[in-house]
Amino acid sequence: MTQNAFTTKNLTKVYGEGETAVHALRGVDLDIPAGEFVVLLGPSGSGKSTLLNIIGGLDRASGGQAWFLDRELTAMSDRQLTRYRRDHVGFVFQFYNLMPSLTALENVELVTEVAEDPMTAEAALAMVGLSNRADHFPSELSGGEQQRVAIARAIAKNPTVLFCDEPTGALDSETGRTVLTALRDVNERLGATVLIVTHAAATANMADRVIYFSDGSIREVVRNPTKLSPDEIEW
Amino acid sequence: MVSPLDRKLLRDLWRMKTQALAISLVVAVGVMLLVMMSGLVNSLDETRRAYYERYRLADVFAPVVRAPDRVLTSLAGIEGVSAAEGRITGSALIDMPGSDLPVQARAVSLPDFGQPRLNAVYLSAGRWIDRRRSHEILLLKSFADAHGLEAGDILSATMHGARRSFEIVGIAQSPEFLYTTAPGELVPDDSRFGVIWMSRTAMEAAYDLDGAFNEALLDIGREEDLPSVLAAADRILDDYGAVGAYGLADQFSNRFVAEEIAGLRASSAGVPPIFLAVAAFLLNIVISRLLQAERQQIGLIKAFGYTNAEVTAHYFKLILTIAAGGAVLGCLLGLAAGAALIGVYVQYYKFPFLVFEIDPASFIIAVSASVAAAAFGGLFALRRIFALTPAVAMRPPTPPDYSGTGRFGGLLKRVLDQPTRMVLRRFVRHPGRSLGAIAGVSAGMALSAGMMTVLAGFDEAVETTFSVIDRSDMSVSFIEPLPDRTLHALAQLDGVIEVEASRTIPVILRNGVHSYRGGVSGITSGARLQRAVDANGQALTLRGDGIILTPALADILQLQTGDRLRADIRQGRRPQLDLVVTGIAESLLGAPSYMELSALNRALGEPNRVSGTYLRIDPLRRDAIYAALDAMPVVAGISVKQDAREAFQRMMDNGAGAMRFVMAAIAALITFGIVYNTARIAYAESAHDLASLRVIGFSKGEAAFVLLGELGLIVLLALPAGAVLGYGLSHAIAAGFSTDLYQVPAIFSPDSLGVAGLAVLAAAIFSGWMVKRESDRADLVSALKSRE
Repeated sequence: MTQNAFTTKNLTKVYGEGETAVHALRGVDLDIPAGEFVVLLGPSGSGKSTLLNIIGGLDRASGGQAWFLDRELTAMSDRQLTRYRRDHVGFVFQFYNLMPSLTALENVELVTEVAEDPMTAEAALAMVGLSNRADHFPSELSGGEQQRVAIARAIAKNPTVLFCDEPTGALDSETGRTVLTALRDVNERLGATVLIVTHAAATANMADRVIYFSDGSIREVVRNPTKLSPDEIEW
Repeated sequence: MVSPLDRKLLRDLWRMKTQALAISLVVAVGVMLLVMMSGLVNSLDETRRAYYERYRLADVFAPVVRAPDRVLTSLAGIEGVSAAEGRITGSALIDMPGSDLPVQARAVSLPDFGQPRLNAVYLSAGRWIDRRRSHEILLLKSFADAHGLEAGDILSATMHGARRSFEIVGIAQSPEFLYTTAPGELVPDDSRFGVIWMSRTAMEAAYDLDGAFNEALLDIGREEDLPSVLAAADRILDDYGAVGAYGLADQFSNRFVAEEIAGLRASSAGVPPIFLAVAAFLLNIVISRLLQAERQQIGLIKAFGYTNAEVTAHYFKLILTIAAGGAVLGCLLGLAAGAALIGVYVQYYKFPFLVFEIDPASFIIAVSASVAAAAFGGLFALRRIFALTPAVAMRPPTPPDYSGTGRFGGLLKRVLDQPTRMVLRRFVRHPGRSLGAIAGVSAGMALSAGMMTVLAGFDEAVETTFSVIDRSDMSVSFIEPLPDRTLHALAQLDGVIEVEASRTIPVILRNGVHSYRGGVSGITSGARLQRAVDANGQALTLRGDGIILTPALADILQLQTGDRLRADIRQGRRPQLDLVVTGIAESLLGAPSYMELSALNRALGEPNRVSGTYLRIDPLRRDAIYAALDAMPVVAGISVKQDAREAFQRMMDNGAGAMRFVMAAIAALITFGIVYNTARIAYAESAHDLASLRVIGFSKGEAAFVLLGELGLIVLLALPAGAVLGYGLSHAIAAGFSTDLYQVPAIFSPDSLGVAGLAVLAAAIFSGWMVKRESDRADLVSALKSRE
């Protein structure tokens, strides 16, 4: 039996208090096996991004517990969370969040300089097919290229897990496919657990496991034995 | 009904309130200074003018030895003279109970009936003197206050060698004696110089001047007539021992007040614009940033059909609100500060009344200047609105273009890590802004350093004047030139260690069209107590046919070492001497000149005469020496160096001198304002990047490096620039503070530069800490969800 990358027990998150309180997570119990490609689906405000942020070490839970492997994330200090993000986690966001003042290669080097056991920045760029754009600044790259640099930056540290929040949200379908292909490659070649939050239901077809969110809870978890490649997905 | 755009304006303002407040405060300080200082200057100037006019202060002063009253008719007949008055003045020594040292004073006659035609006095307490009672006097208020004397008190004074008792019947003020200084000294001191008014009859008796006067006062109708009136008065009074008539501008008290007011006026014109320029610079940056962040909203507003002009007006209102808010606050603060300070100044200048006058124009100038400065700064940024089409504005922003900032290659690539590259590229991408910030911080530091250097310069001035040039303990002046054997008698006094002769003679020095009225000091060659020394503190050699000038004097007369000048001696047989300038001596107080004593006496045909002496004494015998000198009828005055030194220090610490501290505080404020705003802007621009760095796994400290690196770089570059600039500026400030009355040396003061540098560092650390705290608290998730 494979080890779980993440386990949560009765995880809750409440924003605000009193009458205006918003219950973003209402007691989530979840196991995510290591090395899987997982897609989180659900309408806006259903809690999927909140879960991603908590187990990604960006936000704190209001109640319950969450573990990364055998370490309890919900008990970690700020400093420990920083360490966790630095050593194990890669992030990809809808709006890339590249440093405009660094070239593509330098954006990746930003991570390889501080990570424990990184690949070379050049190798990371090669994985997303951007070796020829290494010396360009973000302002000189297209949206898809910027997102692939963001992915290269996220994978360069050889992360244990890769979190992606709407990675294709700002891209056209062709570029989206390229980005998804890059993510799948990371999953398969590096063995990293990949978690993708998305509105695009079609993405679910390439996942090992699909988790449906609704109103702060998990409605359903579906295992998908017949993974499609990104090229086969209908958008 | 508030329009939606205006509501947006209010909310925008609220959102950026700290930033807006910081800029408003910079504007407010500038406006406050402008309103306050111009109000002060106007009020002081106006009060002085009104005081002079109401009390009919003379335009021309013409001292003589003795002139019969009938000469006044000739003086009144000079063309351009509207009034002439003769009076008697004389030196006196007042015995203060409880002090062995008599205080020098000047006795001035008042007409037997009523106020004089010129130089009237203001009776602030008591009553007028009765001409039939020769022991009744009026006493100068500032002196009376300094010694706690009141009407009804009895005072003992020595006049012309005779000691008498007087009754103070009234306390008086006069525009002629706003500042009082003991003869031979330059620094005003209320407590060490008194003025006594007595009836003409009593003065004639005391100074043996029956039916005669020894000072003529003239009033002239038009300023332009002054030179011809002076010349005519000198001609008429020549036979009566004229020392030389001079105008109000050369009158000591007036000169002092005028210079102080002029100093205030210069500061009021020079300082506020610095603040407004800083505010304009900051507004430009902040508005640019705001427009960048709101480009989408601008596109939206434009898409709804708003015109460029309307959108521009919207943002311009924001600028106006910040600027006008600051300006109004500044006006109120300026009024309050002016009202609070004017009382202090009126007391300091000893005006009996106050004409409070704040020129409404100063408000208009202040408000419009600040709005104009802000508009200038903002409009540059607002031009961008016109370039934005709705479609472009609605598209997600492309990342800021850094492609022009250079790709690091070779060595640099190995040396610089990524965060350092981010800092450097941000710095290079906005060269104007970076250089502006460096210029601002270094200018602020330079101003601080310059002011502190000048403070140190003042201290050095005091030290040089009272320890290097003058090494005596006290100086004694005689009522008339005496044979130098008098000094032997002084040398015999128990406790007198060293005695040195001196003779000071009124003189007019001329070089072509340049001339200077003052005194020439005759000192003995090889003098040890009062010396002419060069810039290195080495004594200069005196020559029989030579004169030694001070830098200020050499400047006034446009002379250098080796040049020749003419000296019109205004005493005795009044010789005219042709002298060569043999050296330039340091002098920080006044503009003295030095000649060899025996050569001066030879020229006068009065060998072996002295008018005063410098003494070095045993401090333990001080009181006995004071008492012995007080008992000598020939002694006109005694000046103790320590008292003069303290009076000088007081003058430097108060009044216009205190403006130095205000300027230093202002400089610190400007520096801090720029440093803090630089930090805030850097944070606003990099908040998004910082969140990304934190997500990637950078610790708070590592992310802060990117945030504060730019500030650090600016400060690091500004420090040496500020030091160099400060050194240069200290010369300009020293020259600005120097007057005829005292010179401020420009020195190199590493301490001042160091302290100013540390102040900049402290401001940077504090500002950095403030924004880092904010950055640490920022919510990572929401920072990343927003599209910048």
